[in-house]
Amino acid sequence: MGVERASVNFAEHTAVVEGEVAVADIIAAVKQAGYDAAELKNIADESEKEAAEMRYYRALLRKTAVAAIVGIPLFAGGMSGLFPPINTVVGQWIWGIAGLATLFVLIYSGGHFFTGAWKSFQSHNANMDTLIALGTGTAWLYSMTITLFPHSVPSLAQHAYFEAAVIIIGLINFGSALEMRARGKTSEAIKRLIGLQPKTARVVRDGQEVDVPIEDVGLDETLRVRPGERIAVDGVIIEGRSNVDESMLTGEPMPVDKSSGDEVSAGTINTQGTFLFQAKRIGADTALAQIIDMVRQAQSSKPAIGRLVDKVAAIFVPVVLIFAVLTFLVWFNFGGDMHLGFAVVTTMTVLIIACPCALGLATPISIMVAVGKAAESGILIRNGEALQQAGHLTTVVLDKTGTITEGSPRVTDVIPVEGMNQDQVLQWAASLEAGSEHPLASAILLAANEANLDTLTVESFSAVAGHGVHAMLNDKPVFFGNAKLMQKNSIKIERYEEQATALAKLGRTPMYLAYDQKLAGIVAVADPIKEDSKSAIQGLKKLGIKVVMLTGDNRATAQAVAQQVGVDEFIAEVLPQEKDKKVAALQSSGAIVAMVGDGINDAPALARADVGFAIGSGTDVAIESADITLMRGSLHGVVDAIAISRATLRNIKQNLFGAFIYNTLGIPVAAGILYPVFGILLNPMIAGAAMAMSSVTVVSNANRLRLFKPRREIV
Amino acid sequence: MMINIAGLLLIAFIIWWFWIAKPKSLVARNESVEIIVENGVYTPARVEVIAGQTIRLKFLRKDPNPCAEQVVFSDFNISETLPLGQEVEIKLTPKQTGEFDFTCQMQMFRGTLVVKA
Repeated sequence: MGVERASVNFAEHTAVVEGEVAVADIIAAVKQAGYDAAELKNIADESEKEAAEMRYYRALLRKTAVAAIVGIPLFAGGMSGLFPPINTVVGQWIWGIAGLATLFVLIYSGGHFFTGAWKSFQSHNANMDTLIALGTGTAWLYSMTITLFPHSVPSLAQHAYFEAAVIIIGLINFGSALEMRARGKTSEAIKRLIGLQPKTARVVRDGQEVDVPIEDVGLDETLRVRPGERIAVDGVIIEGRSNVDESMLTGEPMPVDKSSGDEVSAGTINTQGTFLFQAKRIGADTALAQIIDMVRQAQSSKPAIGRLVDKVAAIFVPVVLIFAVLTFLVWFNFGGDMHLGFAVVTTMTVLIIACPCALGLATPISIMVAVGKAAESGILIRNGEALQQAGHLTTVVLDKTGTITEGSPRVTDVIPVEGMNQDQVLQWAASLEAGSEHPLASAILLAANEANLDTLTVESFSAVAGHGVHAMLNDKPVFFGNAKLMQKNSIKIERYEEQATALAKLGRTPMYLAYDQKLAGIVAVADPIKEDSKSAIQGLKKLGIKVVMLTGDNRATAQAVAQQVGVDEFIAEVLPQEKDKKVAALQSSGAIVAMVGDGINDAPALARADVGFAIGSGTDVAIESADITLMRGSLHGVVDAIAISRATLRNIKQNLFGAFIYNTLGIPVAAGILYPVFGILLNPMIAGAAMAMSSVTVVSNANRLRLFKPRREIV
Repeated sequence: MMINIAGLLLIAFIIWWFWIAKPKSLVARNESVEIIVENGVYTPARVEVIAGQTIRLKFLRKDPNPCAEQVVFSDFNISETLPLGQEVEIKLTPKQTGEFDFTCQMQMFRGTLVVKA
């Protein structure tokens, strides 16, 4: 245990540590020593996996071919009456040879079913392999016994089922091959994401630019990106300027202008210009690697709808085994002259037709396709549960600032009271806001800066959440905030209220500035509405969802914005800490609520909601509290996510319905329930074909989700 | 008559073997267990651990069947992709005692994590 050997390569910014120790511990140790470190883990290469899958696929086809070569002549010979009856010596020989050929096929093409069945039996488990091995094994054993001792059973029952065993094995192998093909398509989205990662990078080392494999890029190294190239790791531009196409990660079609100090992400494309950047996140830490990881995790997670099926699937095979034994007994006791033959055929058919796979596959395969599809449109769904919930939503709560609006407000009006001037009001407001983290603060500071006004030093600054800010300027109290703040501090604003209301009606946020207990002026700030917010809200309404806007702004401003974008309802003057309570209130009225916010200020509300949507800023995916992260700033992502979720739930239900119906109808028919009335007995080979096709059908149905297209109607 | 008795005994055996009898479990004392994924089963399929202790389960998939590609611990919200021939470590610290299944997506590969006090 522990580190056995360690070597550091300073030129390449890498270290090799050998021994048995957790990577996290090493990173912690390096950090403690005053350096930074990250694991050089490359995103898993899919080519090796694909090659292995291809080999397995070919093996399945070979097994199918061998089974067909033996099975088809046997089948044709038996049907055409070409082979002599089994109770003759020549017949015994011919059927005996057929039996040995069948044994060969069972071992070559079906060996894996038998080993699997035996292994799982040893661990007190039963699965698909158990059913196939028992079905075909019983057929072979019975047929061989008849061949060796034809007179041990009545003459009508003297029939061998070798061809059935062989053809069933062939069909199931063929079905597995088809299923693999179809499954390959289900993971196309993740393959595409992995394909975004370049294999090499151009690193500047000792003043020279060299191409190195991506795994060799160390933290803080300088990389050169030329026009048309894909960016290799996450970092910050240190020289140059360019437009970067981030559509593959965010779904945002317009390239983003980037210059010194801006962040760039692995997998995005530099469209023109060239720049140098410093590597800040490498290997498994890049946004791309995290997205891939998140999509992978989500793809394999199961929503509640799948849990019940899991319970059924867990006991399914042993139940089928019991049913098969009962089928045998019923036919054996009440089957008349042919009783033994009937008993064997029906038992075999029951074992073969039952398909736990279709049942087990129904949910996960749809989730896999849907989560991948969503990721392609810049919608990251955390898990299957979120996907299921999103499909059931009845109400969507939208935060106003940064969600419906751009989130980068600007000062629109500065109205001084008599005896004051605009610059003075703006300067005082900016001086107060210099210490604030409120989103509106930056707008005021920007306006002051543009007017060339310096901020003055204030003392004992304090922010009153949901109200405004307060400080001392020249030993006099200054307040800057909404009407509530003024009322609370007994500052008279009546004379200017009308003006403030007029501003609010235009969708602007008026704020009062008071100096020495007297009103000094009003500063109004407006946050422009995102151009597609209105159409997205219309889209949500078309899906039958109630849209509620939540904001800390005053009623009049909120109402103005609400009217412009057409939400059903708005709740204004909500303190940040009250947001989650508003969500809870909607929930208690029976609504299934989604909260859409920027993920930082809204974390409690996002967590409280049935589905929390974090509306992203580009490639920043570190939004922990959200169930669904929208990489693009557009609200259309919410519409698309809900539409995909609904389509997925529909797809899962179709799959489950199909698989349940298949098994609940197929098994009794296989047992011969139709025989007493209609004289219909299912051929075991048809059962084999049905079984092989049932999983393929489920996978193919799930694949239809790949064709899902989000609607983009501009209202 | 013999056949009927044999059939009923067989049913009794199926019930006993698959639901009542438990396979031998591997008691994980050294906090790390290697689980081989091959021939349609996890070996060992039953791993006994102590509650509150961190356990490292190292899965090595040798089975090319695509079913084996994922291992899901639904009670712990863990799912991992298992590349062929590559060891994948899953670290977890079970807090509650009880039996927790880990399976492939289709529930054909099945294993149990037994958490004891």
